Amino acid sequence: MSRITYREACRQAIRAALLADPRCFVMGEDVGRYGGCYAVTKGLLEEFGPQRIRDTPLAENGIAGAGVGAALAGLRPIVEIMTCNFSLLALDQIMNNAASLSHMSGGQFAVPLVIRMATGGGRQLAAQHSHSLEGWYAHIPGLKVLVPATVEDARHMLAAALADPNPVLIFEHIVLYNAEGELDDTVTAVDIAHAKVRRSGSDISLVSYGNSLPKCLAAAEQLAGEGIQADVIDLRVLRPLDGATIIESVRRTHRCLIVDEGWRSGSISAEIAARLADEALYELDAPVRRVCSAEVPVPYAAQMEAAALPQVADIVAAARALLRPAG
Amino acid sequence: MPSLGADMETGKLVQWLVKAGDRVKSGDVVAVVETHKGAIDVEIFLDGIIDNLAAVDKEVPVGTVLATVRPPGETAIMPAPGAAPAVLATPVSVVTPSEVAPRIAANLGRTRISPAARLRAQQLGVDVAALGAGSGEGGAIGLRDVEAAARPLPASPPPSAGSTVHCGFDPAQMRLAIAAAMGRSKREIPHYYLTDSIDFTAATQWLAAWNAGQPPEQRLLPAVLLLKACARALQAYPQFNGFYLDGGFQAGKGIHIGWAIALRGGGLVAPAIHDVDRQGLPQLMTAMRELVQRARAGGLRSSELGDPTITVTSLGERGAESVLGVIYPPQVVIIGFGRVQPRPWVVNGQLAVRDVLAVSLAADHRVTDGHLGGQLLAAINEALQHPDIL
Repeated sequence: MSRITYREACRQAIRAALLADPRCFVMGEDVGRYGGCYAVTKGLLEEFGPQRIRDTPLAENGIAGAGVGAALAGLRPIVEIMTCNFSLLALDQIMNNAASLSHMSGGQFAVPLVIRMATGGGRQLAAQHSHSLEGWYAHIPGLKVLVPATVEDARHMLAAALADPNPVLIFEHIVLYNAEGELDDTVTAVDIAHAKVRRSGSDISLVSYGNSLPKCLAAAEQLAGEGIQADVIDLRVLRPLDGATIIESVRRTHRCLIVDEGWRSGSISAEIAARLADEALYELDAPVRRVCSAEVPVPYAAQMEAAALPQVADIVAAARALLRPAG
Repeated sequence: MPSLGADMETGKLVQWLVKAGDRVKSGDVVAVVETHKGAIDVEIFLDGIIDNLAAVDKEVPVGTVLATVRPPGETAIMPAPGAAPAVLATPVSVVTPSEVAPRIAANLGRTRISPAARLRAQQLGVDVAALGAGSGEGGAIGLRDVEAAARPLPASPPPSAGSTVHCGFDPAQMRLAIAAAMGRSKREIPHYYLTDSIDFTAATQWLAAWNAGQPPEQRLLPAVLLLKACARALQAYPQFNGFYLDGGFQAGKGIHIGWAIALRGGGLVAPAIHDVDRQGLPQLMTAMRELVQRARAGGLRSSELGDPTITVTSLGERGAESVLGVIYPPQVVIIGFGRVQPRPWVVNGQLAVRDVLAVSLAADHRVTDGHLGGQLLAAINEALQHPDIL
């Protein structure tokens, strides 16, 4: 076991990928000389040189398009988009090319492209750098959407993503970069197909991902003090969504609270709630509830930002209300 | 439904010991409530005529109105059948929104029942329409309501004033309650710990002399001296007697010491011995004996569970040498006594064998500091050196 930060886990993952496969390279804004705007790629330029750690102009559609082309031509690009807000400029390449070419060519052209993006709020970076758009990408057939919440997933999901013949997006939460965790050295790979139960409980299922996971675990700890045992599920993969694990949990707890830093309307949390209504209605002993971000552009002011994002107290209160409505 | 401790969320009214229209006075035992601590006698805190008794055998949240009491002399306004008791002339308690909700729901026509509960009701052959309001949001019927309805009710003895129901407590429930309270304590309360050794010889000798002339049932146990010594010390240092609530200390009204009692089936309770500072030793001894008996056999009173302002635990003769306690929130102190045992001890520069007792203090650092804690322990020590004036 070793204790490392999430940022370091991301860095190790990229370094290992570069060492393992000469077709692999990194491309993005400020990934080289600057070391990445969240310092994930720090030191890689020195080690691997400018051919494989490529600084690009500020042109997201160009970067993603070059990534699609490189992937089509047989390389294994790791594209970094500084924050998922900026990825909207690259949406045409991501959706109309990366996600579609395999289908449009009848399987003749695969696009083994990996795009890493920073996501989420909580560091006072204001509305243009703080949104959680992974739920949008989870809407698009042809993409895989990964949301590592632990150092283990940050360390090992990239290799699985690169091994996938189709485009994979990895959303790294900006608050998690500084989070520390134990990395089990005996684990050398993770799957990118299943959700995981991170804490077992019998009274309520807390379903979340990314930076909402540690908040749910903290909430579960508090709830345990009140005699409420929460099952905490880390989705890990938003597309394809592992509905079976969620339903299996709800079958045990009969109550579900979804915690999602995205906006509520039309979100991944809405998708999960719809699936529960569709496939697990007769397991539900209470309405499916959600704790999501306030439907405003994420504010800059610290108090307002905190008020807009899901917090542990919100999760505890919502769970308590589901369990003890009369109390 | 009274709160019988910080860890209690709901209680089940199992028996009324009075009838509607009976005259009651403050302190009367009027009902029996079943909690995870066993069957508890509920005392009333008002004088008057009791009315609108709630139905028995129903689990309700703390704060639910169980009955209304109107001042003696005031005419009763009998509520129309089915009307809410809240229309009474002077309801003493308020009706909480959670109680209103089921009534509203009951008027909607369609049964509010969760999908899971509906399915389970079908499987178990439970008639949903006959269930009434459930325990869920807005009175919705949930799984637990259906499952409770499917279970045959235990035959309850006919209610008659004066008799007591002894419901066995569920050790698993108690374990969960202890886990919740102690978990909360360790999570929220920044404990600090102090320990000291007390020369207990004066107390042992005084007890031997006192007990020599007494019949066995009137003999005093060392525990009663410890209890009284704590009360004396708390008189001098009231900062330790009370609760940490809403971000600050609130002094207790009276020194009501929660006495930790281990139960034979496992688990423990710490019911209050009231106004310890104002009782003589023989009186306290009787109170303590009776309390231990009732704690183990069932029949603790609501005030005994709700009132403790501090907890004292004494491991007794067969216990360990010392104990570092966990505070029972929202109290701010637990005092622990170990086993009295002969030890080498320095008296006037000479080594002697004395009876020595370890005392410990676990206190809430949000309320007091170690310096003051040390003074409290010193005051307990000092009191035990003069058992004759306790």
